[in-house]
Parts: sequence; C-alpha cells; structure tokens
Amino acid sequence: MTALPFLLLILAVVAGYVVNRRAARLIRDGGNRLHSMTSYHGIFSALLILVPVLTFTLLWLVFQGPIIDRITMASLPEGVLDGLDSGGVQLVLAEIKSVSRGQVFGTPEDWKIAAADRFVMLHDRADWWLVVAVCILSLGLLAFARSRVAADFRARQGVEGIVSGLMIFCSTVAIFTTVGIIVSLSYETMRFFDRVPVADFLFGLNWEPQIPLREDQIAAEGAFGWLPVILGTIVITVVALIVAVPVGLFSAIYLNEFAPKRLRSVVKPVLEILAGVPTVVYGFFAILVVAPAIRNFGQSLGLDVAPNTALAAGGVMGIMLIPFISSFADDALSAVPQAMRDGALGLGSTRGEMMTTVLFPAALPGIVGGVLLAVSRAIGETMIVVMAAGLMAKMTINPLDSVTTVTVQIVTLLIGDTSFDNPKTLAAFALGMMLFLVTLIINIFALRIVRKYREAYD
Amino acid sequence: MTDITNAPAGPRKATSTELVAASLKRRRRKQMRLQWIGLGAISIAFLMLFILVASLVSTGWQAFTQTHLTLEVYVDPEEIPEERLPRGGFDDALAASLGQMLPGVDMSDRATARAVEGILSNGAQFELRDRVVSDPSLIGQSVTMTVPVSDPYDQLNKGLIERATPEVNRRVKDNEIAWFDTLAENGAISKPFNFGLFANADSRFPELAGLKGALVGSFWALLTCFVISFPLGIGAAIYLEEFAPKNKLSDFIEVNINNLAAVPSVVFGLLALAVFIGWFGLPRSAPFVGGLTLALMTMPTIIIATRAALKAVPPSIREAALGLGASKQQVVFQHVLPLAMPGILTGTIIGLAQALGETAPLLLIGMNAFITSAASSPFDSSTALPTQIFIWADSPERGFVSRTSAAILVLLGFLVMMNAVAIYLRQKFERKW
Repeated sequence: MTALPFLLLILAVVAGYVVNRRAARLIRDGGNRLHSMTSYHGIFSALLILVPVLTFTLLWLVFQGPIIDRITMASLPEGVLDGLDSGGVQLVLAEIKSVSRGQVFGTPEDWKIAAADRFVMLHDRADWWLVVAVCILSLGLLAFARSRVAADFRARQGVEGIVSGLMIFCSTVAIFTTVGIIVSLSYETMRFFDRVPVADFLFGLNWEPQIPLREDQIAAEGAFGWLPVILGTIVITVVALIVAVPVGLFSAIYLNEFAPKRLRSVVKPVLEILAGVPTVVYGFFAILVVAPAIRNFGQSLGLDVAPNTALAAGGVMGIMLIPFISSFADDALSAVPQAMRDGALGLGSTRGEMMTTVLFPAALPGIVGGVLLAVSRAIGETMIVVMAAGLMAKMTINPLDSVTTVTVQIVTLLIGDTSFDNPKTLAAFALGMMLFLVTLIINIFALRIVRKYREAYD
Repeated sequence: MTDITNAPAGPRKATSTELVAASLKRRRRKQMRLQWIGLGAISIAFLMLFILVASLVSTGWQAFTQTHLTLEVYVDPEEIPEERLPRGGFDDALAASLGQMLPGVDMSDRATARAVEGILSNGAQFELRDRVVSDPSLIGQSVTMTVPVSDPYDQLNKGLIERATPEVNRRVKDNEIAWFDTLAENGAISKPFNFGLFANADSRFPELAGLKGALVGSFWALLTCFVISFPLGIGAAIYLEEFAPKNKLSDFIEVNINNLAAVPSVVFGLLALAVFIGWFGLPRSAPFVGGLTLALMTMPTIIIATRAALKAVPPSIREAALGLGASKQQVVFQHVLPLAMPGILTGTIIGLAQALGETAPLLLIGMNAFITSAASSPFDSSTALPTQIFIWADSPERGFVSRTSAAILVLLGFLVMMNAVAIYLRQKFERKW
C-alpha cells in the first residue's frame, strides 16, 4: 500500500520527461531554434514533479502515524484514560495497535476494539487520500511543466536552479543534524531539570538512578549527582592515555624517521586494521582475554582486583587509540619543514637528536591536538566500557576497582525503556548533553590547535 | 676516528672535533635507544592485534562446526495421530528412538528418559513436526533425521568440556558421557559445517542460534544508510567544493560537518531516540531507523572523501570544458564527477564499513531485542550484526562464547571484504594526473 504513491510518482516523473522532451523535439523539428537542448526540457519537467511530490509524500508518511495515534486516543470514550500516567496511555495505544493488527490476547474491552477499528479505518483513509493527493499534485505539475515548453524557454537554467537548490539543501543537512542534536538534548535535559535540581546534578556525589516501583516506597527518590560518573570516565580515560600515548608516539617517531621504507609499508596498513576494528569487538576482547588476565595477574601479586576493573576497559581502549595517536603524530612530524631537519643535521646532530630536540618540539602542538582528539574519543567511546566497565558509580580513583562512565550510564538507563517521563530516562539525556558539550569543547580546542600549527609552517 | 681518540693526550686543550668524537658514541647509543623504543612500541601494537585475532579465532572456529546426531525416528500413529496435527508427542517419538539406540538404558524411568531426551537439541522436535506436517503420509513410517545435539554434548564432542574434570564440576555427568560414547561408536555422531550459523535467526539455545536475523537487519540498515547518505553526501560535497561562495554560511556548514564527524556515536543514538522514535513515532528496533541514524554519522565521511576526490581532478579538465561552452553544472556533472567517482566510491565503502561496525546508536534505538525471525522489511523489528554480538556476549551460556567469536569473525570478514573492494577500486580506476 505504501508502495503505490511511490509507483505513481515514478510514473508521473517518467511521463513528464517523455512528454516535455517530445514537445520540445516537435518545436525543434518544426524549424524553430531551441534555447535549451531537448533533454533539458524533459529533465526540467521530471524534477519539477519529483521534488515537491516526493517531499510531500515523505512528510505525509512521517506525520501520518503520530497524527492518527492522536486522533484515535482523542476519540476514546471519556474516562477510560483517567488516572493513567503517560506510560499507561502508551500501553493502551500499543494494545489498540496490536488489536488492529489482529493479534488479540484475551478479550479486550469493547471500546478498545472500537478504537482499533477506527484506527484501521483512519489508516486506510489516510492511504487513499495520499494516493489521491499524489495524483492531483503530479498531474497539476505535469500540466504546468508542459505549458512552459517553448522555443525560448530557458530549460537548462531552470534545471540548474533546481539542482542548485537541492545541493544547498544537502549541505544544510549537517546544520539540521547539529541543531537536532542540540534541540533534542536540551529539551529532554530541561525536562530532567524540572524534576531534579541543577545543583544536585552538577555537584552531587551520589549516582543511584533508581525510580520508585510503588508510590509508597522509601528511599527510592534516586540520586542524580554526576560527579562519580565523570570521575569514573576520567579514570578510564587516563588509563587509556597511559597505554596509548607512549606506544602511539614512539611508533610514530620510529615510523617517521627511522623505519626502512619496506617496514613502513607493512606497519601502516596493520595500524589501519587496528583502527578499523569495531569497538564491540574490542569490548568482547576485554571481557574474554584482558580482564581475566589482569585479574589473575593481580591476584598472584595478592592484590584485590575487581572482575570489571577499570584497567581492562581503559587498557583495551588504549589499544584502540594507538593508531589514532600514531597517525596524528606521524602527520604532525611530517608537516615540519624539511629545512628544519636539514638545519639540525647540518649543525651536526644525530638523527635521534634532530628528532628529540628539533622535530618533536616543532611538532608538539599538532601532537597535543591529536592527543586531545583522542581524549574526546575516549570520553565518548561506548561499547568497550558498556561491556567491560562496571555499572555502580563510586567515588574512587583506584584503577583496580570497577568504575562506571557517562556512556555506560546512558546506555544502561535507556536500554529497554520507552517512556520519557521519569527522571531515570531523562537523566540519560542530561548525561548525553554533558557528554556532547565536553567533547565539543575539546574538539574545537584541538582542531584550533592543529589548524593554527599547520598554518604556522605553510 | 679511533686514531683521533687514541692520540696522546697532551696538556693542550681538546679541539671541538675531539670533544664531538668523544661524545659521539654516547650520542649514537642514545639514538639507538630511541629506535629500539620505537620498534618496541610497534611490536606492542602488533602483538595486541595478534592476540586479538588469535583469541577470536581460537574460540570462534569451533562454532563453524556443529555436532549432529543421525537417528531413525518411528513416527508412531499412537503418539502422533494425523487428526491432531500440528500437535502430537514428537518429543516422545524422538526419545523412544534414542532409547533404542542406547541399549540397557531404562527409558521407563521418567528422569532417565528426560536426561536421554536432553541429548537432542530442543529444535529437533520442531524439525520433526515440520516434516510430518508438510507430509502427513510419514505417520506410521520411519524417518531418518540428522539434528543438532544440545549444547553440553556439542561442547563435549568438541573437547571444550574436559572429561578429566571431576564429575561434580562437569555439566555432563559420567553416565551421559557413556551414552554419548555409545552413540559415537555406532557412528551416529557427525560434525558437519554449521550451516545453521547463517541459516537460523537468534535463539535461546546456543546450538540453534544463528546470524540470519542479524545479517538481514544489517543489510536493511546499510541499504537505508547508503540510499540516504550517498546522494546527500555527494550533493553537499559538490556544492561546498565547486559552487559555494566563500561566506559565513559556507564556513558555518564546514565547521558543522567537521564537528559532526567527531561527535560521539552514542549522542547520535540519543538524537535518534528523541527525534525519530519519540517525536516522529517511527517504530523501535527497526533497521530503517538504524539506517537513518547511521546515515547521519556516515555523511561527514562521504562528504570529506568526495571533496578530496573532486579536488584531485585537475583544473585543466574544468577549463577545457568551460572553454568549449559548457555551463558550470555541465562541467561538474558531465566531466568532473565521473572522473572523481572511483575516489567517491572508495570513501563511501569505507564509510559504510564503519557504519556496519557501529553499535552504540543501534543499542539506544532498541536493535538489541531478542527476535527469532529475520526481518522481511526495513520496518520490522530486527537486530544487526554488531548488536547481535553484544547480545551473545552478554548471554550466560557457555555455548555463546564461541558463537560470539564466530559472529565477530563474520563481521570482520565483511569489513575486510568491503575494504578490499575499496582498495581494488582505488587501484584499478584511480588516475594519476
């Protein structure tokens, strides 16, 4: 059923192309000189139909579902929804929908069956209206495009205008996405701060996002202080950097200056493989190999190591970041002008001294920018920590203990929960907002350093 | 050099040449040390990659075979009357046939009978049921079936359960091992390639669980992602590279694209959850929503790759076409874009490969549900390959460990394949100007 409007649309587009091109050909064959080539007349008609009708159909399909849901719920007999919170209302709607699909469990009340019938009827009607609307719109545009065909009609300019508009729209999608992220996050975050004071969130030392299962439950308020969560994130990030920065940096130094060409051509692709491994694979690697290994090693030394120690998650995240840091450092070292290398060598330094005393300091801003980008990736990295780090938020900086991170909390709070009306799910959006802001600031800062430094040598 | 350092040391001051020569050995050693540290760092990275792959292969290869049991089942009309189909005592029929293969086992004892039945996978009775339902004339006859054994016996056969461990710590008891050995001696046990890994959807039972649902879900999600991000990405890149005036708006767009490329993936998941599911009312767990989210994440990659490919086309091409009277758009769409296509496709495939491995946003939109059938459209609930890995990694059953590794190997196989295609395209079609 949903395919029908699209089929009609394709038909209209093809028809528009054929009709207009043929009309233009007739004019040309009649001995008139056309301004544009005949195919441009065809494409003009096709685009003129395609763009508005497709936009219209997609918008219709996006809004049809929610609007029909709303009409159905509004037409329910009075009183049946009294005393239900929004989760309960959602459940009623879901039940009506499943009844409308013919999946009946038990015996639903009569008003639910009536609502389901109404729901089906509305959908059928909406589908037909869409088909009718697509037909009318397409035919109208077809006729309009056909009426424009004339010897001096500037069809090519028309087409190019439409194409330009489309391309501008494409490039604004990035802006829409950013706006979408900011608006949706801040909207849900505001709703969260309606329920939980901002100060409690920013400065609270406890993170226990339980929600009461019953009204009369004691101690079920939940605590939403994000400090232990961000502290855990910092612990894991630091562990990751301790692994990644030296390894990445020294391999970049070696690759850039000392490695024979053959070795370089082998090592670079291998590092790229390491960078291309999905993070869920690293997460499984952490729980399968690294965490047990660290635990056994720690216990042989008599240390008390938690099964999901921050060392495992951080260490594996460090492995993930090695290629990232190494390629950034390599680029930064390569960007140092040859004259500086020559100068250092000409003054009699060894290649090692040239690296440590000239190249490395000169490349340092670029390297720092790369490390900062790695920090922002470590903070935002999700799967490794979801699989290998803990769930309980603790105020500890002991890497042997289990800590939790911002991303872990976002994922665990939102898995399997649909309703957006309790502090638990909204807290995830507040954490997401903080995550977005922190990584954004670090990224902007890092990109600025990298760019400024590149300009200095260009 | 040795001549100089060995020269007789007089009261005169050492020349700078001598000083340098004297320190040279130490300085060379320092450089050697730096080189060795660098080599060590690279070896660490190599070692980690090796351990990663080795541990996955060593746990995962077992899941590519599956222990099967071949048995002859008498479809007893008493147990399975035709008029009651599709209901009937299929499990009893299987148990009876197993009892005949294990002489000396008292099948009248209910506990023993149940234990014997436990050798077979839970799916065996459904396979028998499906065969009988599709051909009711089988009732009253004997059917030869090859069905998977249940997970503990599979592990026993693969040597993952050590026979040497004390019985209390073992999931398979001594008498059960004896039954299995009897079956194996009679040649009923085989270990063929595990087609179920690709032909089955998810299941609670490791021996039945497969990747079909995840593969289909990933396919729909990637298709949606490609259909949306490819045209949008190319359009945006062409505009920014070829047409955009240098003004505030273009700068702003560019800053946005660069920032989007660095936004954590979980934030895209939050966006999808709040906007696509919360506001637009699109279905949860649907590969379409997943693909939409992945498209937003892939677009910056495609834009950046396309711009690089467009930049690599020499200006002479544009000037020649312009000189012959082509309009600016004709130049771009008829000359520059076709020449840049190999580079664009390479970048797109690499972007899609990243999208295939992306997990966190899919978790947030609910693509980690337990779904036992493959999606037939992008709007059905489904899992994807990486989320399936996440689900299996979380499962407590031992049998899922090797399945998880196998699923990861399949995922890595796809990634290697996609990257190989990208490299091939680049080398085959890329022109050096």
